[in-house]
Amino acid sequence: MATIALDNLRHSYMANPDGDADWALKKVTLDWADRGAYALLGPSGCGKTTLLNLVSGLLKPTEGRVLFDGQDVTSATPEERNIAQVFQFPVIYDTMTVYDNLAFPLRNRGVERGEIDWRVREVAKMLELDDLLKHRASGLTADGKQKISLGRGLVRSDVNVIMFDEPLTVIDPHLKWVLRSKLKELHQRIRRTMIYVTHDQTEALTFADSVVVMNDGEVVQTGTPIELFERPSHTFVGHFIGSPGMNVLPCEFTGDWPAFAGQPVVVANADAYRGNGGVLEIGVRPEFISFADAGIAVRIVKVFDAGRHRIVETEHGGHIIKMLVPEDDSIPGDSAFVKFDPEHTRLYRDGWLVT
Amino acid sequence: MSLELRNITKRVGAEVHLHQTNLVLPEGAFNTLLGPTLSGKTSLMHLMAGLERPTSGEIWFRGRNVTGVPVQKRNVSMVYQQFINYPNFSVYENIASPLRVLRLGQPEIERRVKRAAELLRLEAMLGRRPSELSGGQQQRTAIARALVKDSDIILLDEPLANLDYKLREELRDELPQFFAGRNCVVVYATTEPTEALLFGGNTATLHAGRVTQFGRTAEIYRHPADLVSARVFSDPPINTVAVEKRGAEIHIGDIRLPIGRTARGIPDGSYIVGIRPHHIAPTIENGKAAAVEGTVVIAELSGSESVVHFDFSDEIWVSQSPGVHPFEVGSIAKLFINMDHALFFGLDHRRVEGSE
Repeated sequence: MATIALDNLRHSYMANPDGDADWALKKVTLDWADRGAYALLGPSGCGKTTLLNLVSGLLKPTEGRVLFDGQDVTSATPEERNIAQVFQFPVIYDTMTVYDNLAFPLRNRGVERGEIDWRVREVAKMLELDDLLKHRASGLTADGKQKISLGRGLVRSDVNVIMFDEPLTVIDPHLKWVLRSKLKELHQRIRRTMIYVTHDQTEALTFADSVVVMNDGEVVQTGTPIELFERPSHTFVGHFIGSPGMNVLPCEFTGDWPAFAGQPVVVANADAYRGNGGVLEIGVRPEFISFADAGIAVRIVKVFDAGRHRIVETEHGGHIIKMLVPEDDSIPGDSAFVKFDPEHTRLYRDGWLVT
Repeated sequence: MSLELRNITKRVGAEVHLHQTNLVLPEGAFNTLLGPTLSGKTSLMHLMAGLERPTSGEIWFRGRNVTGVPVQKRNVSMVYQQFINYPNFSVYENIASPLRVLRLGQPEIERRVKRAAELLRLEAMLGRRPSELSGGQQQRTAIARALVKDSDIILLDEPLANLDYKLREELRDELPQFFAGRNCVVVYATTEPTEALLFGGNTATLHAGRVTQFGRTAEIYRHPADLVSARVFSDPPINTVAVEKRGAEIHIGDIRLPIGRTARGIPDGSYIVGIRPHHIAPTIENGKAAAVEGTVVIAELSGSESVVHFDFSDEIWVSQSPGVHPFEVGSIAKLFINMDHALFFGLDHRRVEGSE
C-alpha cells in the first residue's frame, strides 16, 4: 500500500494546448494517505476519469508528477505501479469457474498454490461467493459477475491502490445497496487505499472518508461528506451534492446582513464579508428551511412525495425555494412563511463561499 | 378511456415472461411500472406497443380490441435507455422525422417542432447534430420526437438510466410536465422506487413476471397489498422480522415491543412485520417509538443522513435518518422504531389492516 501524491498535475489531449478550454485537467495537487477510502465525484466530462487514468498510468500527464510513497512514478506503466482496477462493466472470463476467475490475477504473478487457495477463499467468503466457487462465471447474474470483478480487484495483497471506476452504475437499486455496503465493510476490514470514481453522490458520500468534487477539469472542494454537505465551498458543490441541491438565491448586502427580495437574512459568515463587490448569493439547503409564523412569505407551488419526506417547491418574488418536510408533518395550503436556519445559511461571492 | 390488458400471458419457448396479467392504464395519467431487471417491465411494454403479441389474452385501447394490430398501426412512441437519434440529422430534423413520415405540411411541422423544442429547452440546439449534445440533451431530443406526433401511447423504458445523477434529477422533475394535459397513455418503466414516488400518478409493482399491485402511487407505497409489493417499493430494502402478536405487544423471541396504530384490532397470532429504514431513528420521533438494540455492522454518514446497519434478531436491519448521527462499528446501538408505520403481513404474506 502507498500514499499517493499528485503534484501540479495538468493534462490535455491536444498536442499544443493553448487556452483554458484545451485542458481536460487544469491543475491538480492532492495528497491521498495510505489505507484511506477516497472518492472522485463530478458530472460527465469533469475530468475525473482523466485523473484516474493519470494515477493508474494509462495516461501520461502533460505536466506535473505522480508520486507513490514519495517516489516519482509519472513515467511508470500500470504494471509497474502495481494497482488493481474494477470497471463499470464486469471484466471476467465467462468460460472459467468463479474460483479460476478470482485466482487469475494471482496465478499471473506466480503466487504459490497454497496461498492462492486461501486468498481466493477469503475473498469469496467476504463477497458471499463461497458457494459458487465451482460454478462457471457465465451462469451468474449481473451483480454476481460484478462481485467477481470486485473480488479480482481485492484478491491481491501487494497492490498499492485499488481503483473503482463507476463499479455499480449498471446494478439494480436493491443490489447496488447491498454491494455498496459490502465495499464499505470490506474497506473497514482490509484497510487498503481505495479510490472510487462516480457521478453518483450517494455512492461517493457513503463510501469515502474524503471526497474530491470536480467540475470542468478542476477540483472544486475536497472534504469529508459532512463538510461537503454542511459547508459547501462553492455553489456548484452545494447544487451537485444533496437531492435536491442547495437553494442559491440572489441577494445584496445592506447594513449588517444580506437581503433577499428586500428582507434581511441572517447568515453564518456575514462577518467575513468585506464589501468588495462581486455577485452575491445566499446558499441554504432544503434540509435547513422550515415553515414559521413569520419570515419570508412564499407561495406553495408543488409538493413531491418522496416517501420518507416531501419535497416542497415554494416561490417568492419569482425565485424557487425548495424545502424538505418530514413524512408526518403537515403542509400549509397555498401560502406560508418560511425561515432559514442561520447556522446553515451562507453568503457566496462569485460562486465561492465568503471566508 | 384507457389501455387495457385482459388476461394476457407471454411465454417464449418454455419460459414464462409474463404470468396472467390484468391491467387498466388510464389516459391522461402518468403510469409507472416499477420492478427489478427481468421482472417483466419491457415485456409488458412490447405488448402495449404491438412489437410482440401476447401468448394468450387481449389488449384493448379506447374500447377496441387491438391485440393483433402491429406497431405501425398503433400510433405509439417509445423512448429507450440508450439515446437513439439519427446521427446525421440536426436536432430539428430528428424531432421532425415522425411528422415527415406523416406527410404533414411544413408550417405544421415548424409549429410542432418549435413547441416541443421549447418544452424540452432545446431551442438553442436545433441546428446541432446529436453528437454535439450532452447525454441529457440527446435524451431530451428523443423525448421531443416522441411528443411531436401526438401519439396515443407513449412508452418510456428507463429513459434516465444512462444519465448522470444530477441530470436525471433535473429531467425527472420536468418529465410529468411534458405529458400534462395530453390525451394519451403514458407508461414509464423504472427499477428505482424514488423515481416512481416522485412522479406520483399511478404505479404498478412488478416481480418475476407478475404485476403484484396497481393503484395511486402514494397509496401503493404506504399500503402495499403484500410483502413482495412492499419489497419492490422500498429503497433501501424494507426490514422484516417474524413476530407473535399478543394483545398490545409483539414478541420477537425475548424482545417485546408495543404495537402501533397500524396493528390495532388485528387478531393475535403469527405475523411478519415490515419496517422501512426511515422509520427507525437514533432519536425518538413523534409517534409510538419502541426502543431496540443491536450491534453496529456498518455505519455510513453521507452528510445529509446517517445509515446504520445493525444486528437485530439474527437479521441485519437498517436505520436511515436525517442529520449526522455517528455510530462506532462493533458497538451496541440503541434505536427507536416508529411502530405507527409498521406494516403487518400474515404468514401468507398478504398485508393485514388494523382498525386504527
